[in-house]
Formats: sequence, C-alpha cells, structure tokens
Amino acid sequence: MAKTKVMERKPLTLAEKTFIPQILGGLKTTFSTMLQKPVTLQYPDERPNIPDNYRGVPTLVKDPNGREKCVSCQLCEFVCPPKAIRITPGEISEEEEPDRAHVEKAPKEFDINMLRCIYCGLCQEVCPEEAIFLQDIFSSSGYTREEMINNKEKLYELGGTLPDQHYKWDKKKAAEEKGNPHH
Amino acid sequence: MDFITASLPIVLPIAYALVMISVFMTLCGYSVLAERKVSSWIQGRVGPNRARVAFLGHIPIIGNLMTSLGLFQPAADGLKFLFKEEITPGHVKVGYYYLAPIIALAPALTTMVVLPFGRYVDADGITQPLVLANIDLGMLFILAISSLGVYGIVLAGWASNSKYPFLGGIRASAQMISYELAMGLSLLPVFMWAAAPGSDYGMSLFGVVQAQQSAWLVIIQPLSALIFLVALFAETNRLPFDMAESETDLVGGFHTEYGCFKFGIFFVAEYAHIIMGSAVFVLLFLGGWNFLPWFADPWSDGLLGTLLSVGWFMAKVFFMIFFFIWIRWTLPRFRYDQVMSLGWKILLPLAVGNLVLNTLIIALYDTFTR
Repeated sequence: MAKTKVMERKPLTLAEKTFIPQILGGLKTTFSTMLQKPVTLQYPDERPNIPDNYRGVPTLVKDPNGREKCVSCQLCEFVCPPKAIRITPGEISEEEEPDRAHVEKAPKEFDINMLRCIYCGLCQEVCPEEAIFLQDIFSSSGYTREEMINNKEKLYELGGTLPDQHYKWDKKKAAEEKGNPHH
Repeated sequence: MDFITASLPIVLPIAYALVMISVFMTLCGYSVLAERKVSSWIQGRVGPNRARVAFLGHIPIIGNLMTSLGLFQPAADGLKFLFKEEITPGHVKVGYYYLAPIIALAPALTTMVVLPFGRYVDADGITQPLVLANIDLGMLFILAISSLGVYGIVLAGWASNSKYPFLGGIRASAQMISYELAMGLSLLPVFMWAAAPGSDYGMSLFGVVQAQQSAWLVIIQPLSALIFLVALFAETNRLPFDMAESETDLVGGFHTEYGCFKFGIFFVAEYAHIIMGSAVFVLLFLGGWNFLPWFADPWSDGLLGTLLSVGWFMAKVFFMIFFFIWIRWTLPRFRYDQVMSLGWKILLPLAVGNLVLNTLIIALYDTFTR
C-alpha cells in the first residue's frame, strides 16, 4: 500500500496574508506572457497540420489507373453505425470497361449523409477493396439538409486518387498473359 | 465684432464641452479596443486585426499596419451595434428598460466637468488648471455623481424582469454601498494633508495636484492609495470585482436582457467609469501632470508646456487603463461573500485606522512645529 505523505502546511506570514506580494508576482507573470509571441493559428489563412491517420470526411477513392475501386459489396453500408451510407449496386457497362464488366460490380449510387456520419471510420476498416477512406477534410458545411448528403460524384471528387501498391487489374492481366486466367 | 465678443463667454464653454465629450467618447471606444488587444496579448492570441476601412485601409504600409493593430475595430463594433436587430424582450418594464442605459452613462460623462487635465500659466504668472468647471468641491462632486451610475445598473437589473439580471443589479448595489465608505474614508487623509487650513484649494482636484509638486501622494500615503485603488476597482465593476456581470454564474449579469446599442451604451458607461477612475487616481495619487516625484516640471510656461502637461497626464491615465486590464487577466473573480468581507471587515477598518493615524500625526506635527 502506498504511503500517504502529509504535506506540512505552514501558517501564512504577514506579507502573504495581505496577498500583495502574490498579486505582484501574478502581475509579473501575466506581463511576461504579454511579451511572448502569439501562439494562435489564424484559421482561414493558416491551416492546421493534419496528422496522417486523421479521421475526417469519408471519401471514395480511385486506383492509380482511374478505375473506381468500390465494388458495391455494401459492407460499409451494413457496418455503418448511424446508417449514414446508402449504396445502390449497379453493373459495370461492357462497352466502357470490357475487362471489368461481369467480374465486378460498381455502385450506381453512393450517398453518405454527413448529418448522420459520426466519423467512426468503421467503413474504412471494413472495406475489402480499400475504396473508402476518411481523409483530412475537417470542415464541411451547407445551407440545406440535401446539400449535406454527399453523392457519388462528390465523394470521388473529394477522394481523388490515393497511391496504391496493389494494382489488382494489372496483376490479373499479367497472369492471363502468362496463361493463368484464374489467378 | 461686439456681438462676437459678447457671445464668446457663452459659446466658448459649449465648444470646450463638446471637444471634451468627443475626446472622452473616442477614448471610451479605443479603451474597448485596448481591452481586446491587451487581453489577446496576455493570452497569447492575436486579437482584432481584420477590420478594414475602404480608403484608409488601402494606404500602402500604414493601412496594413492600422488594420493589423485593429484601429478600425471600434468603428466596426459601433456599426454592428447600430445595425443589429433591436430586440425588446416581451416581459420587461419597457420605460425603465430603455431608461437604464442612459442613467448608467450620464453620471460617468457628467463627472468629467470637474476633471482637470492639464495646467496653463495665465497672464499674471499664476498656474491655472485646464478644466471645464474649477470648483472647490471637485472631489465631492465626483464621489457624489459617479456613484449614481449604479442606479442604471440596478434599474437595468430590475426592469429586465428576469432572475439573473436582478441578482446582478442587487450585487452591484450592495458592492457599491460597501466600497463607497472605504473609498470616502481613504480620501480624507489625502485632503487633510493637501488642503491644510489656510490653503486656497479646498477639496478641488487642482489643489491636490499642486500639493504633489514635490512628492506624489502614493509615496506619502501608500495605504490610502491602496484602499482607494481597490475600492475603485469595485466601484467600476471591474474584475476581480465584477459581481454585477460575472458571466460564469449570472449569464451576463445586469445586461443579460440587453442587446445591440443598449448593451453598447452599458459598455461605454463601464469604460467611461474606468477612464474617470484612472484619471482621478492619477490626479490624487500619481501627481497629475507633475513630471516625476522630486523633479521640477521640465516644460515651459507657454502653449507647448501646456500641451506637454496634458500629454503627460494622458500618458499616466493610459497606464492606469492598462493596469485595469492587466489586473483583469491576473486575478480571478472573487466570490460574492469574499467581496463583502473584504469591503466591510478589512478595507473599512483599515481606512478608519489610517484616518485616525493621520489625524494623530497631524495633531502631533502641529503641536511640535508651532
């Protein structure tokens, strides 16, 4: 058991009872802080440094080849605690991307209601394709409720492209050329 | 020509009064700015530095400097107060509700009539004060009128018909009564020394300043100065004594129900009290426009000397205003019962003791030197 140390409490001296030396000391302290440089960040002009693992607004990202990574598996929609995500799955058109069509799906609609989002990051954790990321956007506002629902275009615009070492479709193509179509 | 000469005695005082009011109101506005700036410096912030006026703000270097110092901020604040939506809560007592800010401001502005702010030497070589009305009872006038400002606060608290403003008003009146006694008593020794029998000045502030030509009274009467300063903080409702406002427990205190320009007038009244209080403290204890203790005034008798004396007086007043703000960010707010016990149990006995002591010293001095 830890030993309690009882601090000795000295009676106040006459000077301390008047509080005047203490007040003068306080004045000295505040005056010295006045001469120091301000520590304020002037926000709209100066932005704070956002750490790498910051959880800001959730966004959708594309792979370095410009393909959308999301395959509309709806895991994020399922795991989302406040039910902020709403995905309408859709097919990939055969004309535009023949090598992905009938292999993967893509979301037809992807809405994140930012009025509901609690920035928990579970969508990012659960995504098997690493398509949804909480990035460093920390300031989001709007004038209407509708404005606060990020649709698919908005999400891709916010997300952009993240560096990706995986190159899923490049690997598949290389395997196919080597004669191993089921890689 | 005769008409002009004849009307001068009427026109000149009015012109002087108008000039003094405009200077004083400008000072009030800029002491609000000083408050915001000094607060920000003490807290490591930047403070107001964005407000910009169309033409003045675009002068190459000076414009940016003025903007970053926030010199246009008082104008922006004032315009904001003017153009805000004027809300009168439904439950207030309307007449008194509108009357309260006026009553709060008027006494603070009235006291400046007897405030000497410089000196000049007239044709006969006699030093005269620069003052609107040089009356012998200057200090009594200030004590009497400046205390009336609390009526505005009490009236605001009562007319708001709401609990927190009411408590703020009650606290302000109790505090005012408690510290008025100590303040008056702390001044008596000062005037006993400064206005000795046979002197010409009586209780005029000019006389007190003239009496401090060699030694300032803050050196001769430090206890009086301390009591007066503490009471001054309490009377102006400044931190650490801002019982009437105390945002933490009374929302906003007596002006909770006030908005836009009505609130602004309360604000101006508080700063007018601070400036008046600073000026009175400078006159009574810091030697007024006298240069330094035991130093003869270096300025001449002419116009330049007059201006220098006014400038030196203003510099001291500005330091006192700065001191008020400085104290605000140093000391925490007192609890209400602490305020009362400090006023009644410490300051008042101390002031009485100081008075008795000074009376004895004067009696002994008179007995042995005569």
